[in-house]
Amino acid sequence: MAAAYLRWIPLLPLLGAAVLGLGGAWVQRRHGERAVAAIACLPVALAFAIAVRTFAALAAMPAEQRVLVDRLWTWIEIGSLHVDVAFLADPLSALMVLVVTGIGGLIHVYSVGYMRGEPAYWRFFALLNLFTAMMLVLVLADNLLLLFVGWEGVGLCSYALIGFWYADLANARAGSKAFLVNRVGDFAFALGLFLLFWTLEAHAEATLAFREIDRHAAALAGVSLGGWSVLTVITALLFVGATGKSAQIPLYVWLPDAMAGPTPVSALIHAATMVTAGVYLVARLDVLFALAPATLAAIAWVGAATALLAAAIAVVQNDIKKVLAYSTISQLGYMVLALGVGASGAAVFHLMTHAFFKACLFLGAGSVILALHHEQDLRRMGGLRAAMPRTYATFLVSALAIAGVPPLAGFVSKDEILWSALSHGDGGLWLVGWSVAGLTAFYMFRLVFLAFHGEARSEHAAPREAPAVMTVPLTILAAGAVFAGFLGWPEVLGGGNRLGAWLAPAAAHGGAHASHALAWELFSMVASIAMAAAGIAVAYAMYVRGLVAPERIAAWAGGAPYRWLARKLYVDEVYQALFVDGVLGASRVAARADARVIDAAVDGVAAGVRGWSRFQGAVDAIVVDGFVNRVADVALAAGGRLRRLQSGRINAYLYVIVAALVAVLAWQLG
Amino acid sequence: MIGLTHYLFVALLVFALGLFCVLTRRNSLGILMGIELILNAANINYLAFARFGPATYDGQIVAIFVIMLAAAEAVVGLAIVLGIYQTFHSIDVEATETLRG
Repeated sequence: MAAAYLRWIPLLPLLGAAVLGLGGAWVQRRHGERAVAAIACLPVALAFAIAVRTFAALAAMPAEQRVLVDRLWTWIEIGSLHVDVAFLADPLSALMVLVVTGIGGLIHVYSVGYMRGEPAYWRFFALLNLFTAMMLVLVLADNLLLLFVGWEGVGLCSYALIGFWYADLANARAGSKAFLVNRVGDFAFALGLFLLFWTLEAHAEATLAFREIDRHAAALAGVSLGGWSVLTVITALLFVGATGKSAQIPLYVWLPDAMAGPTPVSALIHAATMVTAGVYLVARLDVLFALAPATLAAIAWVGAATALLAAAIAVVQNDIKKVLAYSTISQLGYMVLALGVGASGAAVFHLMTHAFFKACLFLGAGSVILALHHEQDLRRMGGLRAAMPRTYATFLVSALAIAGVPPLAGFVSKDEILWSALSHGDGGLWLVGWSVAGLTAFYMFRLVFLAFHGEARSEHAAPREAPAVMTVPLTILAAGAVFAGFLGWPEVLGGGNRLGAWLAPAAAHGGAHASHALAWELFSMVASIAMAAAGIAVAYAMYVRGLVAPERIAAWAGGAPYRWLARKLYVDEVYQALFVDGVLGASRVAARADARVIDAAVDGVAAGVRGWSRFQGAVDAIVVDGFVNRVADVALAAGGRLRRLQSGRINAYLYVIVAALVAVLAWQLG
Repeated sequence: MIGLTHYLFVALLVFALGLFCVLTRRNSLGILMGIELILNAANINYLAFARFGPATYDGQIVAIFVIMLAAAEAVVGLAIVLGIYQTFHSIDVEATETLRG
């Protein structure tokens, strides 16, 4: 069904970005920060209203036909390649749009308070709006190429926002790192896209539109490429793209460094929206991935490994934002694991609940950082519970949610993933996911106890609670962390898993519960609650009661495991040695080859010419000396005049080039 | 209806802006940007003629070639600008009159 209002969802924030990008400096000078904030927040709020309307319109339709399309214009038409600029709202993308505009809007409001007093206030909000617009293009795109536009757009905005305080070289470096690492994934994404189009053209119909791809996917099932099923190759390439954006092994290294950006950026981009793009991509192409079991198995294990590795690293981090960054990677690992066992409904459910509680955690951390004058080290925090009661309360609720304490959102969605892994028949995946649940509870409560409990270890006296413009979004997000889980409340506990049913047409595998497995599902649930409780209890024993000194555990086995985790398993160092130094070394070899081989060849030729000239010179000196001298005099005199042209001033050269070009053209045409 | 002339006019405008930028900027990065504009103006021409001319892909192929060329040009150009900055501590083309390194 056609719905011409869809276009306004990405267009409104884009408009805000254009106004602020072109005239924001003027607005801020003339009318102050308040006007800038209004211009930035209003489009996102309106987009959210339209998203709600879209959602309602879809809900009113029969479950099988929930599709709204807004076709704007034909973008590319070359031969058999036909790409439209068109937006598509179906249950999956409508839910994503709600998350992006809703949580994105709250983070916009929070930023109004967080960025107060920032000289480039307008630039921040222009980029934030542009990011939102690009993310909305990504989730609403009706074809793979338009999705790629949004994909690259959010990457660009992420780069600009990570390096927002670019005067500090470390921030600019972190931005570049995020951009470059993502480029590696994007390269694979593009290759996958080409291969998909090429195969579809050869075996079915040339198209990149999602609904067409879904329809023709089965026709590609038997096609092979160099001994591999072509679908395995395509999905593997697309998944490598997803590992870049969604920070999975091996391309997760950019996300921890991305914490260099302002904290609202970390909440918006690196927790709630952009990093979920990879998960969204796989869920979007669910039909394609379902036909490639080899890729799915790899995806599941990549997700599980990432979840475990990142959670283990998070346990030993001392920077409050680094803990949250690794926690995000770990939770994304859960989502990817769910995708790998074919439960994309569970993945999207966790994506949504995670957006609530992780955004709340990041923003709460932002309040703490602001109250302590940009102190981020957990070892110099403590005792903030009394000074910042609202931040503490919202932070605690979100921490309970991510730790998986029932009946909060994180418990429900994480449990659905664990249960999907178990019912998929893979006990190993379940075991990894289950242990990660314990680690998650532990590192989250280590953070809570270190930051908010105990005595104050900060040099800054009397930290104050954040203003209402920051605590109100926190409260709303915390409420989401409490209640979002009820949308997908599992059938085994008397719920209807309404979210699974909502996504069912888009994600065919969500919430497939067999009744004979009820006992196993309850077992999985009880086991994960026990694990979460154990994690919290250990954190309590170590950091509140002081029963076991953390230093003693750190010194275990000679301190080597702790050192390895604290240095993040040396992955950055290995990448530096392998790729950066490798490229630099290769260029050095090339430079030497240039100097030794090519220059030597040129020098040899020159020497030959010199010898020949010396011979000629002798002839000249004897034969035409006098004549040459005359010529030389002329040349010298001419050179003396002409040298004025060789001024070394590039502008002067350019003028001469253009004048000569015009003269030649005039002569040719006239 | 938008026809060939409209595209050509846009290309002309972009070309003129690029040329103006190249001729008037004293900042070498600005000059590089002007060159990019000129290259893209050429691209618009190629694509316009490809679209309104006979149904071959020559225009598109050349445009992609130009985009690649522009990328290579930017790499070399920026490397030169970096080199200039290290030598002269300025990227103002007026300041770089000495031809000796």
